[in-house]
Amino acid sequence: MRWIVCIKQVPDTTEIRIDSRTNNLVREGIASIMNPYDCHALEAALQLRDQHGGQVTVVTMGPSQAEECLRDALAMGADEAVLLSDPAFRGADTLATSYTLAAAIRRLAPVQLIFCGKQAIDGDTAQVGPELAEWLGLPHIAGVEYLVVKANNITARREAESEYYLVEANLPALVTISRTMNEPRLPSVWGRLRANRTPITVWTGEDLDIDPNRIGLAGSPTRVKRIFYPQHQRQTQIRQGNAEQLSNWLVKTLAEERLL
Amino acid sequence: MIIEGMAIVNEGCTACGACVDLCPVEAISLDLDEIPTDETDEYCDVWVWLETRDNRLEGVGLELLGIGRELADIKQEKLVGILLGSKLEGLAEKAISHGADRVWCITDPALEHYENGAYTAALTELINQEKPAIVLLGATPDGRDLAPRVAARLQTGLTADCTGLAIELETGNLLQTRPAFGGNIMATIITPHHRPQMATVRPQIMKARPADAARTGEILDYPFESGAWALTRILSQEDTQKQVNLEQADIIVAGGRGADGPEGLQLLQELATTLGGTLAVSRAPVEEGWIAPDYQVGQTGKTVAPRLYIACGISGTIQHLVGIQGADIVVAINRDPKAPIFQAADYGLVGDLFEIVPLLITKIRKIQKQRHQ
Ligand SMILES: Cc1cc2nc3c(=O)[nH]c(=O)nc-3n(C[C@H](O)[C@H](O)[C@H](O)COP(=O)(O)OP(=O)(O)OC[C@H]3O[C@@H](n4cnc5c(N)ncnc54)[C@H](O)[C@@H]3O)c2cc1C
Ligand SMILES: Cc1cc2nc3c(=O)[nH]c(=O)nc-3n(C[C@H](O)[C@H](O)[C@H](O)COP(=O)(O)OP(=O)(O)OC[C@H]3O[C@@H](n4cnc5c(N)ncnc54)[C@H](O)[C@@H]3O)c2cc1C
Repeated sequence: MRWIVCIKQVPDTTEIRIDSRTNNLVREGIASIMNPYDCHALEAALQLRDQHGGQVTVVTMGPSQAEECLRDALAMGADEAVLLSDPAFRGADTLATSYTLAAAIRRLAPVQLIFCGKQAIDGDTAQVGPELAEWLGLPHIAGVEYLVVKANNITARREAESEYYLVEANLPALVTISRTMNEPRLPSVWGRLRANRTPITVWTGEDLDIDPNRIGLAGSPTRVKRIFYPQHQRQTQIRQGNAEQLSNWLVKTLAEERLL
Repeated sequence: MIIEGMAIVNEGCTACGACVDLCPVEAISLDLDEIPTDETDEYCDVWVWLETRDNRLEGVGLELLGIGRELADIKQEKLVGILLGSKLEGLAEKAISHGADRVWCITDPALEHYENGAYTAALTELINQEKPAIVLLGATPDGRDLAPRVAARLQTGLTADCTGLAIELETGNLLQTRPAFGGNIMATIITPHHRPQMATVRPQIMKARPADAARTGEILDYPFESGAWALTRILSQEDTQKQVNLEQADIIVAGGRGADGPEGLQLLQELATTLGGTLAVSRAPVEEGWIAPDYQVGQTGKTVAPRLYIACGISGTIQHLVGIQGADIVVAINRDPKAPIFQAADYGLVGDLFEIVPLLITKIRKIQKQRHQ
């Protein structure tokens, strides 16, 4: 029985800074990492495998360098890794990404439970998980922070706007994992060694039962039309001085703005 | 992708198209092999999902009606509200007073609480039947759960967490602008050949229109056949016991690592109380354990839209700033003149918060006292 974890390689966006002179993203030396949410998803899967048996399979769709995050996952304890890599997969939006992942997961059947991160820190859409579940015709529970797996079903807690829901779904199912769920383990030295020895399965479009019109850019209904940097539209007035002067200035300003 | 103003086309290319705009000699082109479909013409009207909780309208629905009204007016189409629930009395009228021309109601016991299987079935069926051009949902936990399920079932595009929506005049396409890369960049997304064009819209950004009781509209019930639509079962529901309601606060005084501990936050709470406002924090005080996570503003906290936001001892990283874009006036108090918060503020005070804030409290109280006399 398989526990599938979908992982994505992302630039470490927390390290990204805007160059205040050119107003561009400074991306030099920004490392590629496993999407942080996916580390929590993997940790959840590893714990369940240790409890219930089976094997953890990590799957990523990306360029060949995405192999790095699969190696990290193997080092943490995943049993096998699949890289979906094909120039035809490029430019996929969430619909085409989830379609391609669904085709791969069908090939890995039977699966027990599929884990995704709640969202990726680059694309930030949180859409791949629910869309993947829909392609596979499975129930999904999003934003899970507590999970119990029984023989035929799962119980999960998801946070909504102002309440928590305790939700049950039959297996197989898909969950997207929130970062409050657990503390991901660090790879051990032994794990690293094992990861380097474990072969990675690479599948291209040819290996999957897919419609070429549904993958990559061709299969993507959305198009990025323009990318730009957020402009802070505020006309900042900055004052220096002693506390007395500064507080007088602010109180006067707030009074003028009718905020007192 | 664009790095340091230079277009880099490599294996990581996502065909985002940014390079095409940038190339000075039009050397780069994107072959989008677009499949022409004229079916898009059949689709018309702007729809918004009116999220309810305990049979009451959530605020985000009214915000969607506000922006939806603008889009529908430009396209000269109808604005349609969608209500799903078990008891919807009075809600459709309210939606009409806030801008809807028509409201579709699906009333069914299975829709009492949000459940993604039943809600997906109901919304998809209605969309297939009526063929709207645009469908907007709030980027709330439930909206972001429902929208991708519906979009995948309809096999159409979905743009996440938009902060800007407009109509491209030449094509009539919806221009959907959203932050990505943790708020470091903005992207404008289109769905040129698929309908409906779907988007989730970040709460607190769009403005609701004031209610106009004189507005009239059409209220329709859709005969939805109950069935085994549910994919999950809701076992129980538990309030998160929110002590704070930052989303609705008019005035917010926020503290960061510079507050230096619970006592510092206490001082800021005092300023907040003096101003009739609420205390909030950046992530640092939450991580330090000084305060509960409910108070956090930013990417992984709350998005706020107060009239006044006073940031004290907050450096102003992008993850914090994305939460305060909707604030009318931002004041920053920080002793480091180079702190990025100053670029995002209307008024900046370079100095020590422990010296400035007590003086502010005294001076504001003095003014308030004078007013009462
Ligand atoms: C600036 C920008 C804006 C974009 N906006 C949109 C948009 O609004 N709508 C849209 O449809 N597409 C959009 N895209 C495309 C989108 O980012 C990609 O389709 C991406 O592959 C998946 O989306 P995500 O990063 O948001 O993932 P999310 O949906 O946030 O990811 C959730 C989880 O899905 C799994 N997952 C995601 N991608 C992969 C993968 N490649 N391999 C394995 N598992 C994966 C992981 O478990 C991850 O934690 C945008 C792209 C860019 C560059
Ligand atoms: C995925 C992710 C999500 C995140 N989400 C959020 C989020 O939702 N919200 C959020 O806020 N952060 C978030 N963060 C964290 C964010 O990157 C920053 O680490 C955090 O906002 C820093 O908090 P700070 O500004 O209070 O602290 P610091 O960056 O340490 O800044 C403290 C500031 O206080 C000033 N200061 C110190 N003493 C004084 C004094 N006596 N008087 C005046 N000024 C003083 C200093 O000059 C400094 O500018 C997120 C990070 C990640 C990776």
